[in-house]
Amino acid sequence: MADPMVPRIVRVEARTRDLPGTVTLELQSVDDTPLPRYRPGQFTMMYVFGVGEIPVSISGDATDPKRLVQTVRSVGAVSDAVTRLQAGDLVGLRGPFGTPWPTDELAGQDVVVVAGGIGLAPLRPTIYHLLANRTNFGKVVLLYGTRSPAEILYRRELEHWRQRLDVQIDVTVDHADSSWHGHVGVVTRLLTRLAIDTSHATALVCGPEIMMRFTAAGLHDIGLPQSAIFVSLERNMKCALGLCGRCQFSGIFACKDGAVVRYDRVRRLMGLKEI
Amino acid sequence: MEGLERILGEHRLFTGLGPSFLTLASGCAKNVVFKAGDYLFRADDAADWIYLIRYGRVALEMALPGREAVQFETPGEGEIVGLTWLLPPYLWGYDARATELTRTIALDARCLRDKCDADHDLGFEILKRFLPVLEHGLQATWLQMLDVYGQPG
Repeated sequence: MADPMVPRIVRVEARTRDLPGTVTLELQSVDDTPLPRYRPGQFTMMYVFGVGEIPVSISGDATDPKRLVQTVRSVGAVSDAVTRLQAGDLVGLRGPFGTPWPTDELAGQDVVVVAGGIGLAPLRPTIYHLLANRTNFGKVVLLYGTRSPAEILYRRELEHWRQRLDVQIDVTVDHADSSWHGHVGVVTRLLTRLAIDTSHATALVCGPEIMMRFTAAGLHDIGLPQSAIFVSLERNMKCALGLCGRCQFSGIFACKDGAVVRYDRVRRLMGLKEI
Repeated sequence: MEGLERILGEHRLFTGLGPSFLTLASGCAKNVVFKAGDYLFRADDAADWIYLIRYGRVALEMALPGREAVQFETPGEGEIVGLTWLLPPYLWGYDARATELTRTIALDARCLRDKCDADHDLGFEILKRFLPVLEHGLQATWLQMLDVYGQPG
């Protein structure tokens, strides 16, 4: 078995600039070794040579074995270097790591996906799964909130999904000018309009932590049990194996016990200062 | 009037309000329809009406110097436009523009204020119903002010 601390080398096959400072990379194997298989919600550790290593969300279709698709926003030195990678560049890759979204438990349920900002990226593999197996689920709702119309991630894809008659997709922005005809306001305001069977529903939430807290509270207010809400924790991960403790969150290692966790396990911790 | 009383009684803001209170409140209500682009009110207008949206959507906007107006909230079906009527000097601080055909129940704020002043039990009931709306609005505003999508983590 390969050493999980040693990265393998992969090549950037394609680069898409989604938004200023946010890119999606398609990675391919440089040899005959197949790309690692993953489940929606997992992440990899991406190593830019001479700069450093960071966790990166997998944002592609988990059923596609030929491409590993990952979306990154520039927020620091390493992520900035990742966003500057070009087709043909080589990077180191470890993983996938972490817990997945509970896609196996969603059959027969109404599914509410709530994403904020770049949080849509780690949810996209799940959305692909929901859409590809649409008849297995009750209502499928995607609520997406972001700063402004110019900062809508995967906009074309959202517009494409919206054309389907079997999913509800609502996008809201924090502010907009009059050319925007969609919702304005925080994503939690969309929750009161949800028409789902809360006794048979699961919510998957990913975004800034404060947005996830308020969203989980809002979902609970409309009747969803906290045990039916899953969130994705983002912490500064280093080893991604639960060894270094860098991402430790009380008794939880975000890299190993997360990133996806059931909300009732972390509700109290998420409200604590400086954790 | 009976129709309005029923519609008001079914609105989440008035759910559970006793029949006598409901009759009093509906005495201040009327149906008002706005076409897309119509203004419900503009900043600095007297806050004399409260609008319960039955259908449609309204953009709440603020003018910024040298820029197009910025939308900061778009209440829709089942939501309320206007809390300013509760507090002196009863002046709107922003514009409200219908972005599509919007059907509302408009409550005459002066009429409602007078009835609340005359009947403090009604006033307390009404206040209890508007305070959560205010609190939710505040919470949403905090999140917008925190600019959570602009920050990592």
